[in-house]
Amino acid sequence: MPRPAARNTSWYFTSPHFEFVAPPELQAVAVEHDVAIVGAGPVGLTAALELARHGVRCVVLDEKSELHDGSRAICIARHSLEIMQQLGLSERFVAKGLGWTHGTSYYGTRPVYRLEMPHSRQERFYPMYNLQQQYIEQFLVEAATVDSHIELRWQNRLSGIELTPAGATLAVQTPAGSYALRARHVLAADGARSAVRHCLGLKLRGDAHEGRYVIVDIRLASQYPTERRAFFDPPANPGATVLIHRQPDDIWRVDYQLRDDESETEALREENIRARVGTILQMVGETAPWELEWWSLYKAYTLALDDYRHGPVLFLGDAAHLVPIFGVRGLNSGLADAMNAGWKLACVVRGLAPSTLLDSYSIERRGATLDVFHNAARSTRFMTPPTRGYQLLQTAALSLAVHGESTRSLVNPRQSRPYSYLESPLTTQSPSEGAFEAGPAAGAPLVNRCLGQDTFLLDRLGRGFSGLYFSAAGDIPTSLRDLFANLALGDEAFQPILISSRGSGGAATASDDMSAAYGATEGTFYLVRPDRHVAARWKQVADTDVRQAFLRALGN
Amino acid sequence: MRTGLSESDLEQAYDLIAAAIDRAGRDHESLFLAKLCLALSTQMTSIDSVVAAIRTAEQDLRERAPP
Repeated sequence: MPRPAARNTSWYFTSPHFEFVAPPELQAVAVEHDVAIVGAGPVGLTAALELARHGVRCVVLDEKSELHDGSRAICIARHSLEIMQQLGLSERFVAKGLGWTHGTSYYGTRPVYRLEMPHSRQERFYPMYNLQQQYIEQFLVEAATVDSHIELRWQNRLSGIELTPAGATLAVQTPAGSYALRARHVLAADGARSAVRHCLGLKLRGDAHEGRYVIVDIRLASQYPTERRAFFDPPANPGATVLIHRQPDDIWRVDYQLRDDESETEALREENIRARVGTILQMVGETAPWELEWWSLYKAYTLALDDYRHGPVLFLGDAAHLVPIFGVRGLNSGLADAMNAGWKLACVVRGLAPSTLLDSYSIERRGATLDVFHNAARSTRFMTPPTRGYQLLQTAALSLAVHGESTRSLVNPRQSRPYSYLESPLTTQSPSEGAFEAGPAAGAPLVNRCLGQDTFLLDRLGRGFSGLYFSAAGDIPTSLRDLFANLALGDEAFQPILISSRGSGGAATASDDMSAAYGATEGTFYLVRPDRHVAARWKQVADTDVRQAFLRALGN
Repeated sequence: MRTGLSESDLEQAYDLIAAAIDRAGRDHESLFLAKLCLALSTQMTSIDSVVAAIRTAEQDLRERAPP
């Protein structure tokens, strides 16, 4: 990986080394796995941990003997932290990551847009955390290593895949020879150059965008707060853009766009990187000594597979789609893929849902990708104007934004937001859906609420399905209790969450506020999937409707 | 302060104008933009709005080289 000639290791991170351990197949022991995951990056490991949370075993193959080098994906969105909370890992991310809420865009050196991400005391997590991908992988690997459901096989490289009536047979190369691995289901989480995708002859389709960025990490002691800084046409990079993000361990990310007439080879020479970064640091007033840490070249793509399911294989993360970085949707959407595929595959493996449930993975997550494309293509056209028309409009919008609000919304970087499965076949539009004036709609993810001292709504979710029941009196009727008993997923009991305002003594309580925020009245009910998305909601709960919506959410 | 278009409509206008400039081509883009401004002026309800828009657009023109 590109590192300075004088120092080829990281200033802040030393990867563990993963030994090769001969798998049973190499001793000619026949094994049939329920699930094989290809790729032990953040997406594959999140899927493995979600399967494990539901009691499903898997084997994870990765050709590497170390974690990925370089900070790579550094912005983790709130909804990804909420995933990590479900996996029991959010505390490590919060402790190490740098939470942030703000950003500033500059035209030249003059501020033209203040990014304020939605945040309030109702949220447990910041809208965004900056954390190097090595730490993300480290936290996930450590959790996976101690989980008895997960078998990590390092230095195991996939070289072929054959689909069979029973699933798939993978050809795997190791330092001790090759073997065939049989699995009923395969999750392909092996990144942008997915070997699974290649072996199956599948192609990503879509667009490559204008604009190339040099992505540079430096070590610099600076007290500048954690926020996103974007410079359009700054003196330090005329005619192009610069992005600056703070990371833990005194590491700073400096991304700068190359002008069309610049050669990549020249731009990536170490002395040229040093010179360009030096000029940028001078511009922002950083005078302390600094060191180069790592760099890379980036181009924006909007590419995706036509279908994320191919028989027994589901494609996740970069193996399924490549998105531009400007809205920080790459890793974040990959983690949402992992969660979506994880609980559904667990239901199928455990015999709790028909295998057609897996078709909804592609429908829901490909829909999310297309939504990302729509937003990201727009921010990409603004960040790196593809034509003279867009170049003129960008300059005009920025120039007007210096003096007034009128065009400032055009400068909004449209950071990652969770996607709503509104049109999913798993989502039920209840007769009273249209009567709600507030709250997450059917298909949308739950929105967190503070329910007391360090107590939040999402803390109370169960492993299987959960449900929010609103009652001022604080009682769950007997008929509803009987219904809840029928909403279990095997040994994963349905988790009722009672929102009541009893004992408030007349004063508005957190529960009252939450009822208002969720558009709830007496007897309102939200049915929530294991991945925090609302399957359906009712102003007044009706038993039979809930059971039907539950079955529908399982692909029946 | 903005009164007329919603944020998403403004984004659409951004894309439509950019594409139209590209269709006009470099030789005709100034004429296209002048016609567009005049056409938009006819939609305004008062000359004051046109004057204000001209003043706003005139700011910082010489500060940067044209793209």
